[in-house]
Amino acid sequence: MYNSIVMVKQVPDTANISGKVMKDDGTVNRAKLPAIFNHEDRVALELALQIKEKYGGKVIAVTMGPPRASDILRECLYMGADEVYLISDRKFAGADTLATSYVLSEAIKKIDNYHFVFAGRQAIDGDTAQVGPQTAEKLKIPQITYTEEVIEVSDNKIRAKRKIDGGFEIVESTLPVLLTVLKDVVSPRPFSAKRVMAYKNAKSLIELEKLAENNSLLYIDKLVHEYEERGHYIKTLTMDDLQLEDSRCGIKGSPTKVYKVESVVLGGSDHVGIEPTKAGIGELIDKLMTDHIFG
Amino acid sequence: MNFANEVWVFIEQRDGKPADVSFELLCKGHKLAESMNGLLKAIVIGDDAEGIAKQTFTYGADEALLIQDPSLKHYRTIPYSRILNKLVEKHIPRIVLFGATVIGRDLAPRVASHTRSGLTADCTDLKVSDVKYLKKDFNNLLLQIRPAFGGNIIATIITPDVQTQMATVREGVMELSPIDNHPKENITKIEYEPDPLDEVVSIIEQHREDNKVNLKAAPIIVAGGYGLGTKENFRLIEELAHTIGGEVAGSRAAVDAGFVSPERQVGQTGVTVRPKLYIAIGISGAIQHRAGMQESNKIIAINIDPDAPIFEVAHYGIVGDATEIIPMFIDVFKHKLK
Repeated sequence: MYNSIVMVKQVPDTANISGKVMKDDGTVNRAKLPAIFNHEDRVALELALQIKEKYGGKVIAVTMGPPRASDILRECLYMGADEVYLISDRKFAGADTLATSYVLSEAIKKIDNYHFVFAGRQAIDGDTAQVGPQTAEKLKIPQITYTEEVIEVSDNKIRAKRKIDGGFEIVESTLPVLLTVLKDVVSPRPFSAKRVMAYKNAKSLIELEKLAENNSLLYIDKLVHEYEERGHYIKTLTMDDLQLEDSRCGIKGSPTKVYKVESVVLGGSDHVGIEPTKAGIGELIDKLMTDHIFG
Repeated sequence: MNFANEVWVFIEQRDGKPADVSFELLCKGHKLAESMNGLLKAIVIGDDAEGIAKQTFTYGADEALLIQDPSLKHYRTIPYSRILNKLVEKHIPRIVLFGATVIGRDLAPRVASHTRSGLTADCTDLKVSDVKYLKKDFNNLLLQIRPAFGGNIIATIITPDVQTQMATVREGVMELSPIDNHPKENITKIEYEPDPLDEVVSIIEQHREDNKVNLKAAPIIVAGGYGLGTKENFRLIEELAHTIGGEVAGSRAAVDAGFVSPERQVGQTGVTVRPKLYIAIGISGAIQHRAGMQESNKIIAINIDPDAPIFEVAHYGIVGDATEIIPMFIDVFKHKLK
């Protein structure tokens, strides 16, 4: 039996930025970007689910994010996660990777009883690949980054293949260990229709509070209890629940500050236009020969 | 704050060979240290690595800290990060630079997390400057410059409130330029103190091939983008490269689409190149790609969209369908060089 905690992230779909998303001052209007499940994290979840199927155990997904991040937690449930946690607090806003890893590592310590922590190698909104190793350091556990394959788990050890510069290596680690996985390691399973039906109404504390606010007949404690009974409660942890140091969370706990942002201005172009004809290309090749680039 | 005015560069080695990126960072680190009247130190960890430590002075290191042990021959996260954590805590350097390689990206975040330092990944430029931020004055801040948010913006990141500022940089971004009057050899050996934790991960086997692709050294590069549409069309890039004696490269989108292998990716998260001739075909020219090729001596852009940003950095532009223009180019070239 091996328990896994999977760190997942909801990210803005930076690959599909259109003109509307850019504000007049050239900065990005995040609210206008569609939010998606970071693909590599989905791969990490799949890997955890496969380990559960092979060796037994539990799979728990956690995310730190704004209330709407519960969307991807529901997706984790649709794929097969046993439990999900939303780590959310206004005071987490503006967190860089250091502050994020602090909050996540404290949440993982609280959940406890895990053998593996999984995460995607990196999230597409920053491509930093830092939160995984930073979390492992805070948990004081080893890490296997750039995982390409889990070869075997036995005797409280894992053997895995990982990418290195110019090749690969096979490493063996004791447990617990944190693994970050590459995007092609396994393909994430589609949602199970049965699980979608079962969990589409799963709600976080914040979502239930909204329900209660809009209906004076509903009491939040009772609601949470009901949802818990049905297995529809997305466990929600705030700063107080985790007893975190204020100065290490969110923008306060983030050493990296954006000092200046320049939008990429499309400047004038002063290149020489070449006709897309044999004659045009011939002239270009002649020029490059004169410049001793060709020939 | 009580910190040393020092710039440190982690010197990465694989099978006893130093990584190019580490020496490139020394060259940059030398300039950064000069502009803050500080010292440049190389951190060398490995087995039998004194030779590597000696090489660092050619690139401007004032001192090399050398930690050697047979168990440190190959990079492993825990012993390496534990050693660096301790050194950074003890000496509190102002800046620590790492290559944005698999090793650097495995190691730097651990050290930053432990020492609660700021860390910025994949910087495309670094400068040292005094900065006024939120009405406070800060000395010798590292300006960490990188494209962000899908390349729509260029952000300058600072970490004003921490003692140590850390950054990773991809290979090829900084120029390699040996220093003329370089400092004298000054190696400080530091004893390795083993810890049981160091052995929790063991390397069972390792396979590494010398990088057959060396884009940085290629005088001519033909790069294709997502605009080629299919892997079959991308063959035309290979054919053109073969004809004119160039190396094949691709944009990140082309790599993600599986048209070309990742070690041939040019750009912020790939390789930075400065060839004599760079031909960009079907590449729109996002800032991340341009960051990796805009210093090429001559740039030819071929794109169906006349407004593609790639034309801004191009010296010659051809607007048209790549699948028609490439065969034409090959044909004319063969004819001319007969």
